[in-house]
This record gives sequence, structure tokens and C-alpha cells, in this order.
Amino acid sequence: MSGMTAKPESISTMATPKTVNPFWYKIRRNPLTLFGLFLLLVILFASLFAPLLSSYDPTKINITQRFAPPSAEHWFGTDEVGRDIYTRILYGARLSLGVGVAVVFGAGLVGTVIGAISGYFGGKLDQLIMRLMDIVLAFPSLVLAMAVAATLGPNLQNAMLAIAIIKIPVYVRLARAETLALREKLFVKAAVTFGIKPWRIIARHIIPNALSPVVIQVTLDIGDAILLVATLGFLGLGAQPPTPEWGAMISIGWKYLLDYWWYPTFPGLALFLASCGFNLIGDGIRDILDPKANR
Amino acid sequence: MLLEIKELTVEFSSMHDRIRALKNVSLSIAKGEIVGVVGESGSGKSVTALTILGLLEKNATIPAGSITYKGRNILALDKKELQALRGKEIGMVFQEPMTALHPTMRIGDQLAEVIHRHRKISYREAYQQAVVSLAEVQINDPELVARKFPFELSGGMRQRVVIALAMSAPPDLLIADEPTTALDVTIQHEILKLMQELSAKRGTSIMLITHDLGVVAQVCQRVVVMYAGEVVETGTTEEVLRQPKHPYTQALIGALPDLAEPDQPLSAIPGETPDLRNRPCGCVFASRCAHSLPVCLEEPPVLEQALLEASSHQVACWRRDM
Repeated sequence: MSGMTAKPESISTMATPKTVNPFWYKIRRNPLTLFGLFLLLVILFASLFAPLLSSYDPTKINITQRFAPPSAEHWFGTDEVGRDIYTRILYGARLSLGVGVAVVFGAGLVGTVIGAISGYFGGKLDQLIMRLMDIVLAFPSLVLAMAVAATLGPNLQNAMLAIAIIKIPVYVRLARAETLALREKLFVKAAVTFGIKPWRIIARHIIPNALSPVVIQVTLDIGDAILLVATLGFLGLGAQPPTPEWGAMISIGWKYLLDYWWYPTFPGLALFLASCGFNLIGDGIRDILDPKANR
Repeated sequence: MLLEIKELTVEFSSMHDRIRALKNVSLSIAKGEIVGVVGESGSGKSVTALTILGLLEKNATIPAGSITYKGRNILALDKKELQALRGKEIGMVFQEPMTALHPTMRIGDQLAEVIHRHRKISYREAYQQAVVSLAEVQINDPELVARKFPFELSGGMRQRVVIALAMSAPPDLLIADEPTTALDVTIQHEILKLMQELSAKRGTSIMLITHDLGVVAQVCQRVVVMYAGEVVETGTTEEVLRQPKHPYTQALIGALPDLAEPDQPLSAIPGETPDLRNRPCGCVFASRCAHSLPVCLEEPPVLEQALLEASSHQVACWRRDM
């Protein structure tokens, strides 16, 4: 649909042999999205090259260096057992990003498949699935995540599972709504007349065409998932020490806020910037892919 | 007979009403024969096709009649058997080539999927077969087209792909539901010729649903005229188009625009099709018929021999002697 993006003001750029990618063109006109993209790249860079960006070990205890204030040696200071906070934030980025992406992709995948099945077959199965999803949605998401994580036992895997469970219903509903519309499309009916089996129709004809709202939801949810992982960590229901997890770091650090301000502040800032970045990108992608918001 | 429909009645029930969409429909298609099914919108052409494929919505019931395909009663088949029948034995071509193809799957893969489903060959072989079947529907450079997406093709090309899809199994019966309505006249001619050639080459029977008598005249050996869910006239194309016996068929032929006299106003059939919720107790066409008698309003005519000498020409009209 690049033809639709040709606007009067872009005629001058079209006259030159260099063509402008419409996606990039729109992102450039949206400084907040650009800023989000920048934040995401910084986090990505930090998590990919954590061992190169710091010479410290994120879990090595050095009791002589405890509570060292920010300095050239320790950029963000050290914690109560002398670990370098800057290093722990870098490794924490790796963890948060990995967990956030894994949880949301997992929930998106499972939710889309369930939603497509529910919408395609309809009837009693659909009713059963949707009422189950309603039950999950009826609870405040954080409370449910805490309950699930606490029941399964406090560790990172269970926290991830808990977050995935509370995220699934949104994807089920999105995929189901798309499936209901797609089921009536002629090409799906045609596939039925060619004798293609229902499972194959769902896998190859329904799901690929139901993905675009799911993708937008995924980008919006990653920031939220990172925040939820940190929240569970902060409450002691997620990653356990000495794992360099931002939420867990804040959880221990906030008690020292008055005397050693750097301890909870820098992990908190990292968390704020990460979730901010993902939300800005999510909003930006939604605006770009929304044909009605074609500015 | 390859397909034989006998006195088929189909009803749709909604919350308040019951609509009789088909009433005592009988028609048959022999091997290798092209049969035209003609009628205006709502006359039951498409419902007949969907009933053959077992694709009626859940609110439909079939109180009477039978559909026999190769000696098997289709109406008695279970889900699995119907799935195996669709595509493999009976293929379907749709009216809208623009929307009948998967928008985000390459042409070759769409074809290979159907071929792989119905023949016992690997996906790779099915893909090669897909390219061959594209060549069979006279697409130039089939390897290139196989790698394209539907949006890259024109309407005529897409309809060729849809025909290739429907013929890929290959089925013995092809149901074509207004296959040329969305195409311009020259492409229409080519598509019809293509279907005719494929039918002759492989002995495939075709049930051609259309409202265009010109299409019928071009390709069909026999024609079935439907009105308000009933068969009103049937016979060879020659018989029905040259000597139409039913006033409805006569009116349809009379309504064709004459290019030789462009100033002539278009003639139409007065009135509307009857409300299928309350079928008239007499002839369904009586309220719009120019020749109706009192008996037409009281008793429904049955489909009977139109002429005294033996022929396949049948008509459901009290005034068949006219």
C-alpha cells in the first residue's frame, strides 16, 4: 500500500531517484517513537554486549567495596556486598529483555492458537474457552499473577508462567475476533470446498491472516511484561538473589535509599526507561499500522 | 448418470420463519456433460450447489429428496467422507476470483496444498504438479506465476488459478458458480473456452451456474431453468433457447438486450419473485405471468414432457401446449 502514503509534500522526495521507505518516513515524523527506538537499541546493545561493557562479575561479592558511591571505578556505585551496580544493571537488561520477549511471545502464540480454534469451530467449545478467559480477565492482573506465582513457588520460571497466564486472554480475544471475520471470507470457504482439513485451514489460512493485531499487542505488552517481572521480583515472587534482576535489586535497595541513594535509584531508572521505550514503540507501531491515523 | 438430484427440497429456518429455498428440484448430469443452471438471484442455484457439497449452514434442513453421486447418496455421508469428496471428486469455482484466493500465500503453494491433500505424493512433487496444472489452464510462464501472490495477478489470471485449484485433484464434477460474472467479456470468452477444453480433455462434467443465457448458449449441452427454488424448464440448450415453452424462459430470452436495435428500451419481467416464506399454492410464476389461467393460481404444474414426440425437453406449465 505504498501508493496510499504518497502525499503532496512527498512529491519532491519522489522526484529524486532515492525512494523513501514509508515505514521509516512515518517513524521519522514521530519523535517520541524515535526516542523509544533509541532506548530499545540502548537496552539491546547493553544486553548483547554486557560482558564487554564492564569488567566486573555481576554476582561476585567484594565486601571491602560495599556501598561505594558512584565514581570512575564504579559508575553507579556498589551494593551491600560490594557488587558493581552498573554491571548488574547491564546483565539485568539481558534478563528483563529476554524474559519480557519470551513471556509475551509465548502468551501471544498460545493465545492466538486458542483464539483461532475457538473462533473457527464455535459452538460449545467456543463458549467454554471464552468463559474461561473471562474468569482470568475478571481478576486484577497483578493480583492474579501474584497468586499464581506464590502458589507455584517463588522463582523466575514461575513468575514468567504467571505473567504469561494473565496475558493469554487478550490474545485469545484478538485472534478469535479476527477468526470470526476470516471464517466468512471466500478464500477460507473455498479452502473448505477443496476438502482441506479444518486444522490445516486454521494453521495456514486463518492464523497467518489474523496476526496483524496480535503483533501490535505484542509490542505494547513487552514493556508491561518487563514491568510485571520487576514487580514480582520486587515482591520477592520472581527472580531470587543473587540474580541481577532489576525488580529484585530495587526490592533490597529501597531500604537503603536514604543513606545510599544510588542503590535503588539506578535500577529503578533503568526499569523506567526500558518500559517507557517499549511503550513508545508500541504506540508508534500502532499509529503507523492504523490506516485511519494516516497523517 | 454421474450426478442425479431427485425431488430435492431444502428449507432454512430462522427464529420466526421457515423458508423453502428449494422445492422438488430434480436434475442430472452425465459424464463429460456441461449443464447450465439458469435463474435470477434467489432462484436456488447456489443453494443447489452448496447442498451437493454438503456445505449448507446449520439452520438448513433437507426434508425430502436425494442426491446420488456415482451411485452413492451424498446426503447420507458423514463429515469425513464429505471432506474427502470435496475437491477430490467435486471441485468448485467461485464467482469472485478477487477474494477466492488466500491473500498471503503464493499461488504455487495454494495449488500444492490442495494437490498434496488429494494425491498420495510428497509436497515437493505436489508443487511440481502445481506448476503443470498452471500450464494446463494456459498461464504463460507458470514457474514465475507459481511464485507470485494473488494481488500480483489480474482478474482473468486469478480465475484461471481458481479453475486450476478446482481441477487439480482432478475431480469428475466441477461446479462453477457464475465463474465469469466478475470478468470482462473477452476474458469471459477465454475462461469459458478453457473450461470447455478441460471438460472435453478429461471427461469432467460441469454444472455451470449462471444468469447469462449467452454463456449457456456458448458452452452448455443442456440447460435447467430455475425460478423461486423450482425447476421450471429443462432440455437441451437448442430446445430451450430456440423454443422456450415456459413463459418465464420466454421472458428471460425476451429480456436480452438486442445490439442490432440499440434504441429499443430494455424489457423486464414485471413484478417480483414470490416470498419464499409463503409460497403461492399454484404455479410460482403465475403472479408475473402474461398467460396465466385460473388453474395456475390454484394448482402447481408438474415438470412434464413439453412436446408430443419423445425428447428430453420438459416444462412445468399448465399451458405447455401454447
